[in-house]
Amino acid sequence: MASIAMDMLKAASDWLTFVFDAPFARAVVFGVNIGGHLFVEGLLIVVIVFLLSQKSYKPPKRPLTKKVCQGCLAAKGLSFCIFLTFSVGLGCVVPFETKKKNLIWAFLFLLHFHVLILYLEIDELCDEWVPEPLIPKMTDEMRYEPPILESAAGSHTLINGTEVINFASANYLGLVGHGKLLEACTESLEKYGAGSCGPRGFYGTIDVHLDCEARIAKFLGTPDSILYSYGLSTMFSAIPAFCKKGDVIVADEGVHWAIQNGLQLSRSTVVYFKHNDMESLRDMLEKVTKGNKRAEKLRRYIVVEAVYQNSGQIAPLDEIIRLKENYRFRVLLDESNSMGVLGSSGRGLTEYCKVPVGKIDIITAAMGHALATEGGVCTGSARVIDHQRLSSSGYVFSASLPPYLTSAAITAIDILEENLDLIMKLKKNIGTLCRGLSDIQGLEIASDLASPIVFLRLKKSTGSLKGDLQVLEDIAQHVLKEDSVLVATSRRSTLDKCKLPVGIRLFVSAAHTEDDLMKAGESLKRVAALALNGHD
Amino acid sequence: MITIPYLTALTTYFSYGLLFVFGQFRDFFRKIADWWLGSNLQGYAPICLGLEDFYTRRLYLRIQDCFGRPIASPPDSWVDLVERVSKDNNKTLQRTAKISRCLNLGSYNYLGFAAADEYCTPRVIESLKRFSPSTCSTRVDGGTTTLHNELEEVVANFVGKPAAIVFGMGYVTNSAVLPALIGKGGLIISDSLNHNSIVNGARGSGATVRVFQHNMPDHLEKVLREQIAEGQPRTHRPWKKIMVLVEGIYSMEGELCKLPEIVAICKKYRAYVYLDEAHSIGAIGKTGRGVCELLGVDTADVDILMGTFTKSFGSCGGYIAGSKELIQYMKYSCPAHLYATSISPPAAQQIISAIRVILGEDGTSRGAQKLARIRENSNFFRSELQKMGFEVLGDNDSPVMPVMLYNPAKIPAFSRECLKNQVAVVTVAFPATPLLLARARICISASHTREDLIKALEVFSKVGDLIGIKYFPAEPDKQQQDDGRVKLE
Repeated sequence: MASIAMDMLKAASDWLTFVFDAPFARAVVFGVNIGGHLFVEGLLIVVIVFLLSQKSYKPPKRPLTKKVCQGCLAAKGLSFCIFLTFSVGLGCVVPFETKKKNLIWAFLFLLHFHVLILYLEIDELCDEWVPEPLIPKMTDEMRYEPPILESAAGSHTLINGTEVINFASANYLGLVGHGKLLEACTESLEKYGAGSCGPRGFYGTIDVHLDCEARIAKFLGTPDSILYSYGLSTMFSAIPAFCKKGDVIVADEGVHWAIQNGLQLSRSTVVYFKHNDMESLRDMLEKVTKGNKRAEKLRRYIVVEAVYQNSGQIAPLDEIIRLKENYRFRVLLDESNSMGVLGSSGRGLTEYCKVPVGKIDIITAAMGHALATEGGVCTGSARVIDHQRLSSSGYVFSASLPPYLTSAAITAIDILEENLDLIMKLKKNIGTLCRGLSDIQGLEIASDLASPIVFLRLKKSTGSLKGDLQVLEDIAQHVLKEDSVLVATSRRSTLDKCKLPVGIRLFVSAAHTEDDLMKAGESLKRVAALALNGHD
Repeated sequence: MITIPYLTALTTYFSYGLLFVFGQFRDFFRKIADWWLGSNLQGYAPICLGLEDFYTRRLYLRIQDCFGRPIASPPDSWVDLVERVSKDNNKTLQRTAKISRCLNLGSYNYLGFAAADEYCTPRVIESLKRFSPSTCSTRVDGGTTTLHNELEEVVANFVGKPAAIVFGMGYVTNSAVLPALIGKGGLIISDSLNHNSIVNGARGSGATVRVFQHNMPDHLEKVLREQIAEGQPRTHRPWKKIMVLVEGIYSMEGELCKLPEIVAICKKYRAYVYLDEAHSIGAIGKTGRGVCELLGVDTADVDILMGTFTKSFGSCGGYIAGSKELIQYMKYSCPAHLYATSISPPAAQQIISAIRVILGEDGTSRGAQKLARIRENSNFFRSELQKMGFEVLGDNDSPVMPVMLYNPAKIPAFSRECLKNQVAVVTVAFPATPLLLARARICISASHTREDLIKALEVFSKVGDLIGIKYFPAEPDKQQQDDGRVKLE
């Protein structure tokens, strides 16, 4: 066995020598006999030069003057010296066969050294690297402290011991503090405890969840629905469940952050159209589909909000449906601010625009608004819902909605169906407030007249979002301090890509009285006149 | 590192292969039927293209009844399972009025706060009456009540950080905070088995994401060195900041994070540490303060502590704890703080009360007892399972213990047989685990009594013999078994 191996080794080495010797066999250059070993030496020197000329692991952008890796230079020099000694010095003395062995040793040695040098270099780079601080330097605007409520966030609430009129809660139907709701929650808390302690797949499905899903589907007239445990997670889980890499999404530029995040996570091709502009939508649909044979094979979606949180505008659904059918797109509609508000029985934008609900492929809604509970819901055909149950990350990987909040959602829908006058009342209140604010100085109502979010924006922008926000923030502060009216400005996260102008948002509730609305209108008008004098 | 016997690996692959082939057959005939009946898509692309939902249709639906079992009671140590029947070969399941009472080994009810509690529930109901179930508003607008501020204070004190911020959902905490912390030009080094919410948050942040081998500090160091040396891709500029994301207890492995080593490495290379304590907070440590306390790591060395309230505290939501400035910055920039409905006040009260009980501030030693019990229960159950010859993953003290099943047919078999014996277990398979490594996951609770556990062990032993998942000999003599096994990561 061993002898065979030795033979093979010997044959291989003979062959190698032959190969090296062959090109220069008996070649004489300037009287020097070029043997194979000299060729190998030459080759090695070329390799060394190449290695030395290699750029070390230095980011080129950094100034090299400050602190060149001295340890590395020294090591490089040393290794080169040693190599020379080995290859040349020894090479002259010892016979040829030993010389070759030495050469190989020297080469290996050099390689090791090179690795060591790299290691030292990385060490040094790691020492040099200075990370940015975890968070940027604090500025004054970061130190904003929100008002602290001392009682339930109903239409009237306590702040600092004084009662204020609350326009900052999207309690559209006035269900916060509703007796029936509290009763249902109490019962549920006593029966099921507070949390669900598990995702839906793993014993986190409680019978109320299934009841609630059926109840919401029945209410909206859809085949099935699926509950999410947080309003924000609904959209950013539902979108990536349906849209994958390569798919085409045409979305409104004014969509809120949860949708933006969902679009980003889906890795689809996203095209934005001008806020609530149907001309622009059609152009985009045309652009995306025209001449693009591949687009026919791809899933195509239009993503819109029913009532835009960032502007209070209402999407013209009938027009969108016409376009969608024309260009064969599916529609993803977020009804967070319209479910329980729009339409004669609160079924949302579809009812308001008299569009059959089946024409919308996927509807999502947060339940933290009109229904005065928490969580989110997605509704649509059985196929759409079943698909989410295994592939929607926020559903699969999150604990389910606490059972008491689920009971609250069921009860809220019951209350709504029994008291349709709540919607009428809300409609009237929106009208009253809008009339009251119609001649406000320096501000204008940007929202739709049917929208429960009354959105006031500056007539004349200061030129920057930050400046605008500061002006509006001042107005909100004064209104709260002087007239005890709590209104909210539309603060933006640094991650939000929405470019729409900021404004003051008033969430109208059915529980607001005529006096509340008058007072809010007058207060805003008075403060705006003072703050924005000359802004017209 | 899990080792799997050659024979098991072979049979597992064979089973999946068989399922795949039959699935393909069925798809083929389905396609012919569809073509015959004509397409009803009217020019729309199908919602699921090609093989996207193959797994759901052909594999998952067959064993659908093992997942998502509805319960009609709190997820306490014993639950009322609602029985379901299927009239169309498991495609859909209908609830029946029948209920079976089962021992619950699946819920994350580590400290037993899932059911109504003598201390917590009255306070929760009181808060409900005072604050209603929801504020209908975001934290920055009108959704901050006195209860929210109190909760943040209590949480910060409990986890040992100067400040904390709370959100209404644990998943959102990860996926909305990470983008606010780090962005383009930053580097995220994430454990390979991190939870989906962390993966999504990292993806959404725009930072470059690199992965290190699960719970291997050596590999983390290697990745860190390489990345610092190379800098950003293409431009080779130095990274703006590097953040290392790890979990306290890995929920699918039951393993504790090697936090002391990881923290030391991160300190050496000046990377920030983000620790997700979703499963560990409240459940481990002498006073329930999580993996930092158990492994003796100073919380000051962990830059960002994240955790959820769903598990040990029996509520919902999540928190981020860190320096005062960090929290202030989060309140300014985090979308979940600015756009999401604030955490439900009764849920907030449940967390406050649960922490009070854990700390003994309710005037009893119930909290200390709960913590002692979950530790005892976990270690007892784990050692007994190991003695029987089950292949149990994870570390001592961890209340999560996966029991390896491997073969796909053993997943429903184990689940259904246990259910027949009134034990409700969770089985997990692909895609939550690698294809070969299907497992059953047991979560021990402080509310389990010794009798409960003994009953569960008896059932497991019986079922284990029946379906052959005792991969080790009954004596704890495992050294020789390691020969003849494939190594898998």
